[in-house]
Amino acid sequence: MAGQQELPVQQKREVEKAQEPTTPMRAFLPTTDIFETEDTLTVVLEMPGVDRDNIDVNVENGVLTVEGKINFSKYEGLQPIYSEYNIGPYRRTFRISSRVDQDKIRAELRDGVITLVLPKAEEAKPRRIEVK
Amino acid sequence: MIMGYADPFETLFAFQRALENRLSSDWLGSTTASTGAYPPVNVFQQGDDLVAIVELPGVNKEDLNIQAKENTIRIAGRKAIDYPEGVSLHRRERLSGVFDRTLVVPMQIDPNGIKAEYNDGLLALFIPRAEQDKPRTIKIK
Repeated sequence: MAGQQELPVQQKREVEKAQEPTTPMRAFLPTTDIFETEDTLTVVLEMPGVDRDNIDVNVENGVLTVEGKINFSKYEGLQPIYSEYNIGPYRRTFRISSRVDQDKIRAELRDGVITLVLPKAEEAKPRRIEVK
Repeated sequence: MIMGYADPFETLFAFQRALENRLSSDWLGSTTASTGAYPPVNVFQQGDDLVAIVELPGVNKEDLNIQAKENTIRIAGRKAIDYPEGVSLHRRERLSGVFDRTLVVPMQIDPNGIKAEYNDGLLALFIPRAEQDKPRTIKIK
C-alpha cells in the first residue's frame, strides 16, 4: 500500500559553496518538494529544529532563497555521546521560472516543515488562447 | 562542552565537530539493528541523565508512538505527505512511510521517568538514569 513503505534514512546533504564562507560552520540543504498549480508555486522544505523566528525567505531576480537558523542555545549543557546526524543552519536557493508576486508570498511552519506558497504574478499565469 | 568560547561561531563549529567525532560511535553498540534505521538519533549527556534528540520533521504528534521498557525505547509511527490534487510536481525529495526503531540504551535507565517533547520537527526524549546506576562518590575512611 502506498504510504506504508518503510522510511529509509536520508543523509543530510551539505550546502556546496559557491563562495567560500567566512566561518567554517557547516550548513545543510533542506529536503524539498516543489509543486505548481495554475495560480501558485508551492515549495515545501524540511528544516527540523528551526523555529518561526529563525526563517528567512527572499525572492530576488528570480531566485528564491530560504534560510533557517538553529537556536543552539537549546543544546547548552548537552554533551554529545552518540550521533547519527549533524546540526547546522539550512540554506537553499532555487531559480524560479515563473514570475511571482513577492508581496503575497505566504509561509507556514509546522513540525519543522515550512510551506511557501508563491502566487504567480498576473502576467505569468497561463492564458487560454482562442483559435479563430 | 558548548560553553567557554568567546566567539559564537567558534562555539557552534566546535559543537558540530563534537557531533562529527561521535558519528556512529559504538555507544549504542551492535545490540540491535538500530543503526542506519529511520529516524536518526543523537544522544547527549546532561548531568547524570541522557537526552536523545530525534529528527522527525513533518510527523503528526498523534502518529507517534513511544514505548519504553527496561533499557529499550521504541519509536514508531508514520509520516504522511499529502499533495493537493491537480498539481504538477516539479521536485519530490521528501519521503513518506512508516518507521519502527528500537534503541537499546547501554546503561540502566528509569523507563517510567522518560519524558518526550515534540517541537519544530524534533522529538526530544529526556531519559533519567536509574538511581542505582548513578555513580557514587566513595569516601575514604
